[in-house]
Amino acid sequence: MTIVLTLLEAIFILLSIVIAAATLTWVERRLLGFWQDRLGPNRVGWEGTLQIVADMVKIFFKQDWTPPFADKIIFTIAPAIVMATVLMGFAVIPFTTHFGIDLNLNIGLLFFLGMTSLSVYGVVLAGWASNSKFSLLGGMRAAAQMISYEVFMGLAVTGVVMLTGSFNLTDIVQAQTHLWFVVPQFLGFVLFLIAGIAEAHRLPFDLPEGENELGAGFHTEYSSMKFGMFFVGEYAGIILISMMTVVLYFGGWNGPIFPPVVWFLFKSTGFIIFFILLRAALPRPRYDQLMAYGWKLMLPLSLLNLAVTGAAMLAWS
Amino acid sequence: MPDDVSRLTYKFPSRTTKDGIDTVWVETEKLVAFMTAIKTNIDQHYRTLLDITAVDERARVHMTHPQMTDFTLVYHILRIEDGAEMRVKVPLRADSLSAPTLTDLWPNANWYEREVWDMFGICFEGHPDLRRMLMPESWVGHPLRKDQFSRATENGPFIMSDEMMNTELAAMQNLPVMAGLTNDEDPETMILNLGPNHPSLHGVLRLVIKIRGEEIVDVLPDIGFHHRGVEKIGERQSWHSFIPYSDRIDYVAGVMNNFPYVMAVETLAGITVPARAQMIRVLLAEMFRIISHLVFFGTMVQDVGQLSPVFYAFSDRERALEIIEAICGFRMHPAWFRIGGVAGDLPIGWEGLIREFINYLPKRLDEYEVMVMRNHIFKARTIGIGEYTSTEALNWGITGPGLRATGVNFDYRKIKPYSGYDQLEFDVPIATRSDCYNRVKLRLDEMRESLRIIRQCVDNMPSGPVKAMHPLAMPMPREAILRDIDTLIPHFINATWGAVIPAGEASVTIEATKGLNTYYLISDGSTCPYRVRIRTPSFAHLQTIPFISRGVFLADLIAIIGSIDFVMADVDR
Repeated sequence: MTIVLTLLEAIFILLSIVIAAATLTWVERRLLGFWQDRLGPNRVGWEGTLQIVADMVKIFFKQDWTPPFADKIIFTIAPAIVMATVLMGFAVIPFTTHFGIDLNLNIGLLFFLGMTSLSVYGVVLAGWASNSKFSLLGGMRAAAQMISYEVFMGLAVTGVVMLTGSFNLTDIVQAQTHLWFVVPQFLGFVLFLIAGIAEAHRLPFDLPEGENELGAGFHTEYSSMKFGMFFVGEYAGIILISMMTVVLYFGGWNGPIFPPVVWFLFKSTGFIIFFILLRAALPRPRYDQLMAYGWKLMLPLSLLNLAVTGAAMLAWS
Repeated sequence: MPDDVSRLTYKFPSRTTKDGIDTVWVETEKLVAFMTAIKTNIDQHYRTLLDITAVDERARVHMTHPQMTDFTLVYHILRIEDGAEMRVKVPLRADSLSAPTLTDLWPNANWYEREVWDMFGICFEGHPDLRRMLMPESWVGHPLRKDQFSRATENGPFIMSDEMMNTELAAMQNLPVMAGLTNDEDPETMILNLGPNHPSLHGVLRLVIKIRGEEIVDVLPDIGFHHRGVEKIGERQSWHSFIPYSDRIDYVAGVMNNFPYVMAVETLAGITVPARAQMIRVLLAEMFRIISHLVFFGTMVQDVGQLSPVFYAFSDRERALEIIEAICGFRMHPAWFRIGGVAGDLPIGWEGLIREFINYLPKRLDEYEVMVMRNHIFKARTIGIGEYTSTEALNWGITGPGLRATGVNFDYRKIKPYSGYDQLEFDVPIATRSDCYNRVKLRLDEMRESLRIIRQCVDNMPSGPVKAMHPLAMPMPREAILRDIDTLIPHFINATWGAVIPAGEASVTIEATKGLNTYYLISDGSTCPYRVRIRTPSFAHLQTIPFISRGVFLADLIAIIGSIDFVMADVDR
């Protein structure tokens, strides 16, 4: 019975995530339109709310073209890997104390890190299997960027793990009942957020796509729903990173008056909008600058964060 | 001219041309020696090669010089210190169409000579890369020769045969091999084809890039996709009806193309433009400078990945275009300048529109300064990228903001003021280092200076006619026509054939938005120009891409392309 319930819960959560990710494509365009002195999609339905339906219809009815020069099997699997790994990441998110797919996985945080690492494969394989030079360059950039930024993402969250003494995300949220970790772990939060943007390859870290030089980067050759899966996967990735930030540093569902789930979604939405704002505001650094920034600045900072956290904990205990 | 230099020219004194530019005739054998002397001799110091073109003289009625024979090569060289120009002509007989190359002396001669070869079939001995440039590979003949057809109807319907298609495809595919990009067979490098359809190439430009990882080893621009044969079209249009064609050359800078054309015709015809018309021309030219720079700014910033400024810049441009529309009736292609003046007077209420705009824009420019120029990522992407020195800039024929960024204070509006620029007060922004950042910054500063000029134009707009009372410029008043036969006959000729501009040649240069824009017109005393040569800044600047892009990263190449500020229609004409 519990298995059926958990299954239903999982299906509900995943469907909601996919729908939310699709809606986010419309939200992003409207918000960008607002910030960029233009309208954005506002014709379909009230203020363009039905735009996602139109987009879905369009993307499903497009010709699903596999280039003759591509490696067909891997080319087909790659978008599924991206989508699957991102959605798997939601398995460990505790929306509230009782609501979530697996609330008590004792390696919850590691599972999340593992899933984000696996999603790199989808991007790299897509770039490789397309057998096109632009895709290849995009795939290479993705591999280098995401591996480097994963290193200090892992190091940044270690501070939280040290304070809590657990990898279980529910425990981590409960440990923040009185004080959100953003206060003692501010540096860690900043590092995690930056790494998260890089993981979701969003501007200013969208070099794998780098539309100005690479056309569309790793998904240049993709069309129809295969492209749609990358697209929705990217937005699901934004939601995932935003929710993780809330879970790790902003007290998860904790908050007065309103029900916990409202607080959780409210905080997550804030970060999602922040992600979109970044896209409206910042230019893109160069590939080598990005790598230098990651290894020469972010990595030492995350190590410093770790050392200071450890020293402070020793001093207190 | 010192003796040792003048000994290299033909003895016949050159007939002074109407534009007052020194014209010397040089033998083919002495060309290199003469050019070397004139470039390196400290008294002469003509350091910039502005243009190389040719004229097919075989259909000429008026032979203006005893040396004139079947073809003439024309070189325009420029002294940067005082803006003095010199025109060097080399006569060529049809049975020996070849001349020595100047690529060793000026690297930018490369493309100009290729273009002359493509258009006239004149060979340049020693040229490193004499291939077709603007015309497709399967083209037969050389289009600017007088015996090539100029109207599509003269040639029967065009059919793209399979054979032609295969030739073209093979030519595109073989380009990297033909140009020697694959010579070293380095397994670490790969050939990447950017364009002709690519989001950041600002038009149909193809760049064949050899890269090692993401580092650029070599770049090969392939142009000609936008070629429409404007120079050939000019030879069959009447003097008046060519004006709208010129608009389409640099299509973001509208009247900047009309400007040198009408001034060149006025020089040939000896028409004096009334003060009000001159001021209106300056006003519109500066408006278009702002419009063009806004397009440049938005797209350049977009090229380094900042998505928003392009929308802000384009909405500002929209406001400017609305003013243009109120004045001219059109937005991008106003075709508003006429021989002898402008098409009509300014509309009622124009001052209010412009004042509103010049009060509005400075605040926006300040915003751009904060949003873009002080952004750390933007700085990291552009400072020190695509740099060249002032000597290199002069050797490559770079003009406009790209030259001023190297510290050379050369603005044609200051050095050789035209159309009343000498009566206006403005500064020429210069920088000390021409990298992508400064090229963007200078254009932002230039917009402020343009606003200053526009404000003075609004404050001091003289009254009076907007068109010269000249039979070649406009129909004479009806009373005058009815009164005397001397007015009636020219009116009759002008109304039936079109204006007949007296024989002669004139080249007029202006400081266009991107650099120096020259129209070199030859009249053979007929209703159409005999030759229209258009020297565009984009062509010269695009040529420098390989030179400044070697060794940078792929993303830098995009920033360099953005910062050069070219329009493909301006390159290919």
